[in-house]
Amino acid sequence: MAKEGNRIGLNAALEKFGTRVFGMLEDLGNIFVLLLQCVSWVFRPPSEFRNIVKQMEEVGIRSMPVVLVTATFTGMVIALQSWSGFQRFQATSLVGSVVALSITRELGPVFAGLMVSGRVGAAMAAELGTMKVTEQIDALVTLATNPVKYLVVPRVIAATVVLPILVVFADLVGILGGYFVAVYLLGANSYVYINKTYQYLEFKDIYTGLVKAAVFGFLIAIISCYNGFIAQGGAEGVGRATMRAVVASSMVVLISDYFMTSLMF
Amino acid sequence: MPTIEIRGLCKRFGKKVVLDGLDLVVPQGRNTVVIGGSGTGKSVLIKCVVGLLRADEGEIRIDGEDVTKMDERELVRVRQKFGMLFQGAALFDSMNVGENVAFALRRLRRYPERQIQDVVEEKLAMVGLRDIQHLTPAELSGGMKKRVGLARAIASEPEILLYDEPTTGLDPIMADVINELIIRMRESLGVTSISITHDMASAYKIADSIAMLYKGKIIEVGTPAEIRHSASPVVSQFVEGRAVGPITAEHEEFVRFVRGSGESGERKEQ
Repeated sequence: MAKEGNRIGLNAALEKFGTRVFGMLEDLGNIFVLLLQCVSWVFRPPSEFRNIVKQMEEVGIRSMPVVLVTATFTGMVIALQSWSGFQRFQATSLVGSVVALSITRELGPVFAGLMVSGRVGAAMAAELGTMKVTEQIDALVTLATNPVKYLVVPRVIAATVVLPILVVFADLVGILGGYFVAVYLLGANSYVYINKTYQYLEFKDIYTGLVKAAVFGFLIAIISCYNGFIAQGGAEGVGRATMRAVVASSMVVLISDYFMTSLMF
Repeated sequence: MPTIEIRGLCKRFGKKVVLDGLDLVVPQGRNTVVIGGSGTGKSVLIKCVVGLLRADEGEIRIDGEDVTKMDERELVRVRQKFGMLFQGAALFDSMNVGENVAFALRRLRRYPERQIQDVVEEKLAMVGLRDIQHLTPAELSGGMKKRVGLARAIASEPEILLYDEPTTGLDPIMADVINELIIRMRESLGVTSISITHDMASAYKIADSIAMLYKGKIIEVGTPAEIRHSASPVVSQFVEGRAVGPITAEHEEFVRFVRGSGESGERKEQ
């Protein structure tokens, strides 16, 4: 009897696991289809220019404070950490390089990506999800407007374009934050710090970071829009869609970051 | 003016068959009301007609053109013949009333802005509203939302109007205001329309003909008078709103079946 019970338990667990895997594959396929639809609608009239600008404002200007604050403190904490570490082998002159390289290559884009996942991804999924469950998306269709073209395309374009711009500012304030901590709080030599920052920082470090940021923006927007589109079942469904959008896009930011880094360097 | 001809329409969701070979002809310039219980697929039916859902089988001819075989670009063209009033009005809550009503006009036609304002004013006046363009949907009552939704649906002068439960959730007076509006739309604009409802008072008032949807098929079509005195036990149970009859008998049988099998299942385990 007990053995049979175990087998039933195992079967159920396997079935649950299989359903999950199939669900994920299905989502992946659907996101790809959504992407193809975006591509097919992007150049057709009427132009969504005003919509894109509105979304850029939403993604860019409204996210700026959060991104700047996180980037500043990230730069500051790296300066602090690397200072105390490098002191052990008298290499504190290299703190400037460490801050500049880690901010531009990794932390600027990744933290901006994570903040935008939380802020913009959630907003997109919740807005589109609410539009879905209140039939506003159906209403768009009956008003001769393709929802992918009207809702998804502007968001994806805006996020893809704006995230690199955000990261430029994040890089800047991150490096400034590191400089501030090192020079004013830890007593580093300002000239050496700036010199070392320049010496080891290559243009490639900056632009690879910006390419990453563009990919993050694209992925966040399309994942969040997709989750909004498949929301169903009222407030609870919108909540679930929002949660899934934030979790999925944050994970995808970190996962795609690894693969892009391994390809680029 | 168009007619809508639906032949053998089937729609399934997973294993659940919602529409099962449905036939219905909607004559031009008439208001056809589809009645049926909740969850019988009335909404699915009109969503298939406007192409929001894809039919699995069968054909839906709008003016002779089969929309079930169309690609998205052709559908966009055909959809311009349609206006639809949604159950919850489905106003865009990121826009004010004026922008909602003007939406299709701005998207489709390049009217000069001045003219759009006039059209918006005119359409709102047709549904008995005035000077509310600057309000947001959140500031409107349920009845006002529906009227704005109707103004938005008729803004681009559609030939076919679809009403999804137009009176549901409204008080009896507001429901009658909406009924009057639906009749006026038919009389003044000459539109063909399909309404779906389970509100029989509304159905009798607005319908030129009533079709009863039951188990995925249209089981009877007739004038309001014919439907009211239908010989079919299913139809008469529905229109008279009786709790006891063939529709619920089956449900009760089902409940008994489920309970019965549950009990026998328990017995087996022992």
